[in-house]
Amino acid sequence: MNAINQSILTLILLVPLAGAILVALVPDRAKLPNWIALLTSLLTFGLTLHLPFHYDVQQGGFQFVFGKSWIDSPAINYHVGIDGLSLWLVVLAGLLAPVGVLASWNAIKERRKVFFALFLVQQTAMFGVFVSLDLMLYYGFWELSLVPMAILIAMYGRKDGPKAAQKFFLFTFIPSAPLLVAILWLYARNHTFDFETLRVLIANGQFPANALCWAAFAFLFAFAVKVPVFPLHGWLSDTYSEAPVAMSMIVAGKLGLYSMLRFHIGLFPVQAHAAAPYLIALAVIGVLYGACLALVQRDFWKLIAFAAVSHLSLIVLGIYGFTFIGSTGAIYQILSHGVVDAALFFLLGVLYDRYATSQIAAYGGVASKLPSTATLFVLTTLAMIGLPILSGFVGEFLILSSTFGGVSRGWAVAATLGVILGATYMLWLVQRIFYGPQSELIASRPADDLHFRELALLWPLAVLTLVMGVAPSIWLSAIQQGVHRPPLVTHYRLESGPRRMTITVVPAGGQR
Amino acid sequence: MNPVPDIYRILPEVILTLTGVAVMLIDASLPPGYPRRSLGWVAAIGTTLALWASLWQLSLPQGTGFYGTVETSAFTIFFHVLICGIVLVALLLSLDTLPEDSHHQGEYYALIAFGAVGMCLLTSAVELLVVFIALEISSIATYVLAGYRKQTARGPEAAIKYFLLGSFATAFLLYGIALIFGATGTTQIYKIAELVPLALNQTMVLAGMGLMLVGILFKVSAAPFHVWTPDVYEGAPSPVVALLSTAPKAAAFAVLLRVTYELFPTLHFIWSPLLWIIAALSMTVGNLAALRQQNVKRMLAYSSIAHAGYLLAAFAGAGTSGIAAASFYIAAYAAMNVGIFAVITVISGYDESMPMVEDYRGLLYRSPILGAVLIFFLVSLVGIPFTGGFFGKFYSFSAAVDGGAVALAIIGLLNSGLAAAYYLRLALMAAQRPDGSKSQTEIPEPRVGAAVFAALAMAVAVTLILGIAPNEVLRAAEAGAHTLQTPGPRPEVHGIVIERLQTGVERPPNP
Repeated sequence: MNAINQSILTLILLVPLAGAILVALVPDRAKLPNWIALLTSLLTFGLTLHLPFHYDVQQGGFQFVFGKSWIDSPAINYHVGIDGLSLWLVVLAGLLAPVGVLASWNAIKERRKVFFALFLVQQTAMFGVFVSLDLMLYYGFWELSLVPMAILIAMYGRKDGPKAAQKFFLFTFIPSAPLLVAILWLYARNHTFDFETLRVLIANGQFPANALCWAAFAFLFAFAVKVPVFPLHGWLSDTYSEAPVAMSMIVAGKLGLYSMLRFHIGLFPVQAHAAAPYLIALAVIGVLYGACLALVQRDFWKLIAFAAVSHLSLIVLGIYGFTFIGSTGAIYQILSHGVVDAALFFLLGVLYDRYATSQIAAYGGVASKLPSTATLFVLTTLAMIGLPILSGFVGEFLILSSTFGGVSRGWAVAATLGVILGATYMLWLVQRIFYGPQSELIASRPADDLHFRELALLWPLAVLTLVMGVAPSIWLSAIQQGVHRPPLVTHYRLESGPRRMTITVVPAGGQR
Repeated sequence: MNPVPDIYRILPEVILTLTGVAVMLIDASLPPGYPRRSLGWVAAIGTTLALWASLWQLSLPQGTGFYGTVETSAFTIFFHVLICGIVLVALLLSLDTLPEDSHHQGEYYALIAFGAVGMCLLTSAVELLVVFIALEISSIATYVLAGYRKQTARGPEAAIKYFLLGSFATAFLLYGIALIFGATGTTQIYKIAELVPLALNQTMVLAGMGLMLVGILFKVSAAPFHVWTPDVYEGAPSPVVALLSTAPKAAAFAVLLRVTYELFPTLHFIWSPLLWIIAALSMTVGNLAALRQQNVKRMLAYSSIAHAGYLLAAFAGAGTSGIAAASFYIAAYAAMNVGIFAVITVISGYDESMPMVEDYRGLLYRSPILGAVLIFFLVSLVGIPFTGGFFGKFYSFSAAVDGGAVALAIIGLLNSGLAAAYYLRLALMAAQRPDGSKSQTEIPEPRVGAAVFAALAMAVAVTLILGIAPNEVLRAAEAGAHTLQTPGPRPEVHGIVIERLQTGVERPPNP
């Protein structure tokens, strides 16, 4: 058992990579690449499911840890492990892998080998980001995750792929230059890239505070672009409208938000706390701005992109509210948003597949032609706008209530307004696409409702959103542990009064 | 212990010379019209032997031969292996891409072999006149090779430009050597290093150092001595550019390492800021110019200028860490640059039917393997982790950060972000669907012969190994760095030097 626990994360990293190589080697015939990719991703998902069953919540901390020296000088270690923060994110990434493969099953008609090989490489990169405990290793996977994405956007773009790919790549690559300098600077002083060691060193005041501010800013900037936080969201709408559906599902949010929690707040709590007011302001602006822009979009990919800006900003608000409940809610919301967004993308992909347009005006009355698509779409929409008993509600509620109690009532009210706007544009979208009289386009095409493959994928996701809505404690126990335990507990003293929950930043050891 | 015979110290150079001579003799004895492709194989076998001989030199004790003019050490062997490897890849590449009816194949292969002699000698010379002679040997061979396509207008233009500017640069170098000789009375590198702090006329030493640096920086095409690069690369045949953009630069960087860290370690406080400026300038100028290029070879020429800048950033690092980082970067740069020019040679052919970025549209569809390899090398040039390009940059910039040049590292990394834009343009062009225009459909599928395949496989393998398991190469680079005799910057010397600079020439005290 011990051997399995040690090697499970490595296996999760290697299986998609091995699948990618296999896909690259087999002939592109009779959907062979599709099947290999599907089996690989199912196997990976199975492996990730091992984690929650064997993660000891009572014990907490980093588990399934495996460390081995990779490069001697500079001392880069292959050091992986997960805690409550990353546990469910790994499982989410595992779940989205087969979902992505199935979403691309028919949508990808040419060069399937390239697509699926790169898709699987992207999986490895994502898992790598979540499990790396060595900053250099983390940076490696972080950068690696850009390449397959950029190539796939260029290859399968709907209208102007290369331009969107370039935008995506440069937007996310350039900010990682200061990130690398900051990592190198942290290394240069103590000759270690190890996350835990660096965290303790920083907390003990081993670094000059002034320069540390810059390092923290470099980290934050790279992550904020990746999330994206307003006003750095320029790349997202183009990426969403050009990227293959499977890639859109996995691109936004998770990596950047996780990195904020783990590496920005985790490494630089003092600086992060100082930056929090600005980020809260930007997050609330993002919530409202994204929602307002989503209201006026005519293209549903763009609408979803701005909706994502709005939703992800809400999560940023939860993270930088510096409340225990807010952080917990933020992680839960990442999970929920991951599942719901995947389902929504899948359904929009179905519509695009059938009608080959993303102009909302071209649709109308689809419900009478494709009833089960409509049912599932409405269900997903309700989960997205945070209807109670569905998954979106839990996270939103935790974030907003913690903001109200622990940060500022004004910001909470403003953010809630954004959530209401969210309901408006989503329901309006449903109404315009699925109800009303049938448009010419819809009437002219034969009804082609969801196939077995699509139903077999969407219903489990729908059930999952329901379970996540009614029994959040399944997930929350580990998440709370992750937020409560290291990396956060050594730095914070949580003071929960009857009305306000405030956080005082206490450097470990208490010298300052 | 028996003294090592002098000839062992230059065994790779001897083998390469014999190879070149053999190629010429065989060429002359073959009847006219007889295919001369086999000459390439002779050269390739000779280079492989030289590579093996370089590795064999590891068993020799470190030391000098021929009256202290050439050295074998881990440092020289590192560069010998690198240069022989590059030459081997370039030869394999030429084997399949040089047109069969080309008249002067014998010359071509012989010149490559002789050029390699000069480059190898350049890295092992520890006497300034030998450095100069070796530089001339390698330069003359490359001048001729650059103009190998005599029928085109661009070929001779490239050769003449390269020759004129290159001669100027070597003149600078020679003048610098003369001044150093005047100031110290010797041309032995080790002796000069000891004598420099004692030299009475420090102005002469500084002028000599400056002139030598100009000569060498020209060879590595660092800004502002870079203007020849794009024209030469555009005019020279692609397999020659694969060689030209890597091997002479590796040799020149080896000399630069010797000159800075071994010859003038005490003047670290003067050359280090100079190279700082040149590094920042090279990166920025190279990348900004490359952004606007539509011709692939010109774009890569500017990219190589930028890479020279990244490499020079390592010189901000003190002592062995800087040397090791620079050596590693050269290896990584050589692997990926030789690789990308190999791909370009295959795609575009010897007569370069497709010089423009636009011509690469849909490459991934027409020829999936070549497209994938092209994108792989571009990814490495961008500096994405798990490729050689990443660790090269990584070591270089961490040496800079270690040496206190944080600003240079930031400039460098922002530049690599900028550079991503034009590499990406080419990569994305290759990943796009072919637009079905006439020029696209007429292009024949590029032919990948066995030799080219071997060349590509070598370049890909080395780039990957440098990105995934760089330990061994880094150790070799570090071992080489330790063998350079670097006393390191000596602060007490600064005062003496500055004082002598201010007071001018002093009379030596009477004996």
